[in-house]
Amino acid sequence: METAAEQIPLESFLFVAAVLFSLGVYGVLSRRNAVQIIMSVELMLNAVAVNFVAFATYTDGELFRGLIFAIFVIIIAAAEVGLALGIILRVFRNRATANVDEVDQLKW
Amino acid sequence: MTIAEIVFYLLAALAIIGGLGVVTMPNVVHAALFLILSLLAVAGFYILLSSEFLALVQVLIYAGAVATIILFGLMLTRGGRDMPAVPVSAQWPLALVSAGTLMVVLLTAVLDSEWPRDAGEVTLVSVNTLGGALFRDWLLPFEVASVVLLVALIGAVVISRPEEGEA
Repeated sequence: METAAEQIPLESFLFVAAVLFSLGVYGVLSRRNAVQIIMSVELMLNAVAVNFVAFATYTDGELFRGLIFAIFVIIIAAAEVGLALGIILRVFRNRATANVDEVDQLKW
Repeated sequence: MTIAEIVFYLLAALAIIGGLGVVTMPNVVHAALFLILSLLAVAGFYILLSSEFLALVQVLIYAGAVATIILFGLMLTRGGRDMPAVPVSAQWPLALVSAGTLMVVLLTAVLDSEWPRDAGEVTLVSVNTLGGALFRDWLLPFEVASVVLLVALIGAVVISRPEEGEA
């Protein structure tokens, strides 16, 4: 029996991942709320992980390095989101805002 | 159309709707819920790609833990209530142009490139093989990742803790 992956071309996965990544880029550049920026970053990391897994399944033969990379992407994303929210909480406590454009002390 | 294709298009639609929701919803809590939708759809992709282990990790860590942390962060920063009147910054047209350009470039690259089409090349990796590789060939990166997680955890606690004399 054919597996599901054999019936879907590799491009389909890359296509969806590219759309998700671009949406994440737009979110990071356009949102004001820091938490929403983190969510957009998560979207981008997910798109990258989809690419890794798709390439591992379709092109990497017996080595499946992409799967290992995807696992590490998820690990780093978890670390990143915890740390980022810690920083956002601190900013919120000091400045009473979670909007990135209101935290502009370093901007000259 | 085979069942796998139908499932794929359904999941792709869900993932993209979720992604659109994340970047367009004015209410941040709604955006977080759309993010969960998108993450679950990606878990479905992993199942289609025969990576059940990654799908499980995705549901547990992403849709479970990360989404919960984000919702907690929203609650602690009153993200849902004191919403800014304008949720987008002034540079959003520029952001739209750059993200749109990036999308066009990426999609052109995807469509123009030659990808392997041979159905015989699809490799299925069992959880056993994956675990063996992770703990034999990739042991050092794995341990480094665990230290990174530990440092991030302690760092997050230290950063978000109130300082002395602070309420």
